[in-house]
Amino acid sequence: MIHRFEIALKDTLDDPRGDATQHQARNFLALGLEKVRTRHVIKFDADLDDAALVALRAALTDPVVEVSALGQLPLPDCDWVITVGFRPGVTDNVGRTAAVFLCDLLKRTPSSWATPPHAFTETLYLIWGAADEAEVRRLASELLANPLIQHIEVQSSADYRAAHVDLSVPRPGDQRRPEAPEIVLPHEDAALLALSRERTLALTLPEMKAIQAQLEQPEVRAQRERVGLPAGPTDLELEVLAQTWSEHCKHKIFNATIHYRDEDGGERTIRSLFHTAITSSTKRLAKKLDWLVSVFHDNAGIVAANKDWNLVFKVETHNSPSALDPYGGSITGIVGVNRDPLGTGIGAELLTNTWGYCFGSPFYQGDIPEGLHHPRRIRDGVHRGVIDGGNQSGIPYSRGFEVFDDRFIGKPLVFCGTVGVLPKTIKGRPTEDKEVRPGDVVVMVGGRIGKDGIHGATFSSEALQKESPSQAVQIGDPITQRMMAEFLIEARDAGLYRTITDNGAGGLSSSVGEMAERAGGAELELEQAPLKYAGLMPWEIIVSEAQERMTLAVPQEDLEALLDLATRREVEATAIGRFTNDGFFRLRYAGQVVGELPLSFLHGGCPLMELDARWEPPQLTVDDEVNARLASTNTSSFLLDMIASLELCSKELTCRQYDHEVKGLSVVKPLTGMRGDVPADATVMRVRHGENWGVVLADAIAPRLSDIDPGLMTRWVFDLAVRRIVAAGGTLGRIAGLDNFCWPDPVQSASTPDGEQKLAGLVRSCDALAEMVEALEVPLISGKDSMKNDSLRGGVKISIPPTLLISTMGWMDDVSQAMDLTPCPGDELIMIGETCGALGGSSALALLHERDGQGWMAPAPRTSGASSRATCKVVETILATGLAHACHAPHAGGLALAALTLSLAANTGVEIDLDALPAADGLGWRRKLFAESSGRFLLSIETEAVDQVVALAAQAGVPAARIGMMTSEQYVVLRAESECVAQVAVSALKERYEEPFRDL
Amino acid sequence: MTSKAPTVIIPTGFGINCEAETAEAFRRAGGNVQPLHLNDLVQQPGLLARAQILALAGGFSFGDHLGAGRVLANRLRARLAEPLSRFVADGGLVIGICNGFQTMVRLGLLPGGLSSNKLLAKPSASLVDNAHGRFYDGWVTLMVDPNSPCVYTRGMERLEVPVRHGEGRLIVAEQAEQHVVNKHLIPLRYADPETGKATQRFPQNPNGSFQAAAGLCDTTGRLLGLMPHPEAFLYRENHPLWRRSGETDEGAGLRIFINAVEVARRG
Repeated sequence: MIHRFEIALKDTLDDPRGDATQHQARNFLALGLEKVRTRHVIKFDADLDDAALVALRAALTDPVVEVSALGQLPLPDCDWVITVGFRPGVTDNVGRTAAVFLCDLLKRTPSSWATPPHAFTETLYLIWGAADEAEVRRLASELLANPLIQHIEVQSSADYRAAHVDLSVPRPGDQRRPEAPEIVLPHEDAALLALSRERTLALTLPEMKAIQAQLEQPEVRAQRERVGLPAGPTDLELEVLAQTWSEHCKHKIFNATIHYRDEDGGERTIRSLFHTAITSSTKRLAKKLDWLVSVFHDNAGIVAANKDWNLVFKVETHNSPSALDPYGGSITGIVGVNRDPLGTGIGAELLTNTWGYCFGSPFYQGDIPEGLHHPRRIRDGVHRGVIDGGNQSGIPYSRGFEVFDDRFIGKPLVFCGTVGVLPKTIKGRPTEDKEVRPGDVVVMVGGRIGKDGIHGATFSSEALQKESPSQAVQIGDPITQRMMAEFLIEARDAGLYRTITDNGAGGLSSSVGEMAERAGGAELELEQAPLKYAGLMPWEIIVSEAQERMTLAVPQEDLEALLDLATRREVEATAIGRFTNDGFFRLRYAGQVVGELPLSFLHGGCPLMELDARWEPPQLTVDDEVNARLASTNTSSFLLDMIASLELCSKELTCRQYDHEVKGLSVVKPLTGMRGDVPADATVMRVRHGENWGVVLADAIAPRLSDIDPGLMTRWVFDLAVRRIVAAGGTLGRIAGLDNFCWPDPVQSASTPDGEQKLAGLVRSCDALAEMVEALEVPLISGKDSMKNDSLRGGVKISIPPTLLISTMGWMDDVSQAMDLTPCPGDELIMIGETCGALGGSSALALLHERDGQGWMAPAPRTSGASSRATCKVVETILATGLAHACHAPHAGGLALAALTLSLAANTGVEIDLDALPAADGLGWRRKLFAESSGRFLLSIETEAVDQVVALAAQAGVPAARIGMMTSEQYVVLRAESECVAQVAVSALKERYEEPFRDL
Repeated sequence: MTSKAPTVIIPTGFGINCEAETAEAFRRAGGNVQPLHLNDLVQQPGLLARAQILALAGGFSFGDHLGAGRVLANRLRARLAEPLSRFVADGGLVIGICNGFQTMVRLGLLPGGLSSNKLLAKPSASLVDNAHGRFYDGWVTLMVDPNSPCVYTRGMERLEVPVRHGEGRLIVAEQAEQHVVNKHLIPLRYADPETGKATQRFPQNPNGSFQAAAGLCDTTGRLLGLMPHPEAFLYRENHPLWRRSGETDEGAGLRIFINAVEVARRG
């Protein structure tokens, strides 16, 4: 029986949620509404008597601020009512908690009912003043709800009053009989490919044929017959193979054989970029650095920060789901990456999170292809999702960034990262240990399995198309995960399991399939797996990506204690199989074998790709033209336009919605400066209470530079990510890096005619990465690639620019030595490192591009790993003397932005003499000002220390000079050729800095 | 006065997430700290009788679903009402920070004083969505009401601490307003750092609370709830301007916990 409760704030109180809706309707959709009020509806599907219903209504209602009704509250004189609920099977976190609330209230357990209670939630929006139904529908589907996962009902107030109380609930599931039928593989190529496409398998023709060939082997046929399997694959086997062999899980492009040709006709063949570029440089460094504990073969990289503690770091992307449902996709992104450190070694505690997004402009005015969301909506949903995910998990955010480029309208990039901390040993056992023994029990812990997230791995391995499956969207549940994580750490410390891994992409198929390799086999009894609702087929159970689940290998003798602890912590844990050593991944349902795959074929049978790459450099604008165009601008107003660009302006109001202080360990927060409104170069936090050592985090990204050369982009980004750590007080030799490649599809095809060029860009990026890793001695400890960031929706192809995020993690013995950005008036400014004039890919040219509507492609800055290293070393020495008040690594916007940033940070003026800047010979002052040369630091120090600092740099052969000072005046003043070339009031600067996102 | 360290119980689990720093704060203040899973406390309610301080730490218990603190308060009422009532009646100290404050208000513990049975009293105050409708993380300046009976803020004038919440706007039921004001049950107010005066201006006042209240106590002063996080200011380096300001070696937030332990020690 369904019982509907409706709860509303008292009329006398403001409704911030309604007000926000009204505000957004005006700003986003240009809809002027008089008023919006919201109400909550909870529908309990439970057998309840009258007394229970009375008690429930009372408990659900705050008598101070709310009114409620069992049934319906009276409707005021509004014009429209919009009801938003979830579609069947979509995670309803509040509904799940409401069922717990009911059980607590009645002091009953769910199992004491014949049918355990369920609850479903809806939101009502009461609208005053909308003109017609079409407008209200638009409000509903473009602002309030996502039709992909939510059900929307729009009614006029008259219709709403006339209708019966709505007691429908989105109850999922059906009574299908679970089975795993044979899929007959056709012999024609076209039919094989059609099969792959129809089932969203994302398998290529050679891969389909490899499966066919495997099954045709006589000994395979015989073995299948013995266990009662059909000759062809079962649907389950095909799904498991598709998932295991997906680009998402198998990284086929990074492992492909690539024939590369450069612009001069030079050719070479690369056998696996992953091995030749990514792991080999780190492996060479491993001989010098003694802190690399586990790299590249676990869920996240592990480094030793000191004798007692290891640090773990992983960054992931969740791009495709965030494009479909920005909130659900992104909350799943952050909660999902949390499980990487949690599933690393024998399980790390979660310390801090990072975020970073690439979006189209939220102010984009053009048409959006059908099936895509407006970037403003994506941005809004992604922020909310990641904010909720991290804040509710009690994990502070350390860093965040946003990049805007309209090529991200097709697919936004949503990066989420998590640092974890692991004691070096627990009960004498090294915590990086990943042993699984035959006979260990497979235990699934956490959430239940539903149809959510089915085909996530295969779907994200394809371009976004109109018919992309809605089940690929999940909604993360931070509380279920937090409870699971606490339980796991408790079980870990009690030694109740042997090893752990997470269920992410590919679900059980991936987690158990990978752990089976360590033991030598595994078999699962799929009917044992706890389901959210009935009606799941065996293949759905095995590949479901339902969230908040981890897989454990548990010694038989510990099973009872583990399950008992789980019960006491209200965490679901279920034995669903056993690890073996017979070489098979075997799946049974109710005793019958529904799939059996040899591990050797599952993990080694996927054919390698062979690809061509050909590099053609882009046409660049002549230097003189760029100089002339720059000379025609008014520098003062150009500076203000720069600080007001989407990329460089203040995101303080957004950033402050991310909790960055929970745990009480923060040292250098994401926002620094005297007013706390300037992004910190790097963030610093303690790791353990009562201990003074800390972790330093930074990152860098610059997709625009890829238009000129992804190799130069990579060098620039790597240098910046490392410099930022040094600027905060970190040191080379104690910095680890992570690479996250997000590329447009680099495989040449009819829909990707420029695949060879895109792949060549990837090769150049990887080459550059390997060089920088060795030059700066910053090893890569973990990474991820996402290779299909294209959209084909609405008949338009939109591809992202090749993008590489480098995240860096350093560690320091004493956080009281950390640097932030609080320069003092009277400080002298010293630039360390040389300025070269290259402007390609710079913020200045991007701004001109925006003004002129035409591209300004110029040579991009070249980065030398060796000179970057020398500069970093000098700055380390200077910072160690304690002579600097502030240290900043100039980046986008060059010296211009660095000067403006220091002014904002100090809330006072800055004077710069461009003539004094150490720069290449004959460089004009505009180039000095706007060039984004790498390898530079801007220091703010006391006057007495200037000579000593300059001397320290000179000794090391690093260019350095005093270029200006922090003043007590309220102006930023730039001088060149003995004249004032620009002057900007600090108040105007602040005004323009805050302007763009003030109303979003 | 006894020299024995008072026992502090900090329930954990279900999305409570500030237990580590709250435990550290009480440990530094001289407390004998016992973080305890809420379900273990429900199983062994006798532990409460042997403790002197109960700290309801911050976090997102049950995800703030159905409203911040509501589901946790419901569970405490259903499963721990009796021992909790006795603990309060016997003069035990209870501090609720952020989500803990929201829970105390929903339990009717704060501002209290309108009914003899505090715990089962109907709530007479509520913490609702911030006036600007968003979660906000930032540092605020609090001014202490010297006339408040609150034992935690004794000897304090002013405190800089972080706030991090989306539902911190205090609403007091009309019939309780006089009581709250006359008895000085608002020990801490959001203030303009320049003037030291209570303010309704964002972001100095992050939520638009009644009387700019950042916290609320009962008439005994032994029950305190507050939205800001003193436990997130245990180190000099927590302060956003630590490299510039002359803060002492300890974080100033510790004072609240030292006061609590002192009072508990004296009995």
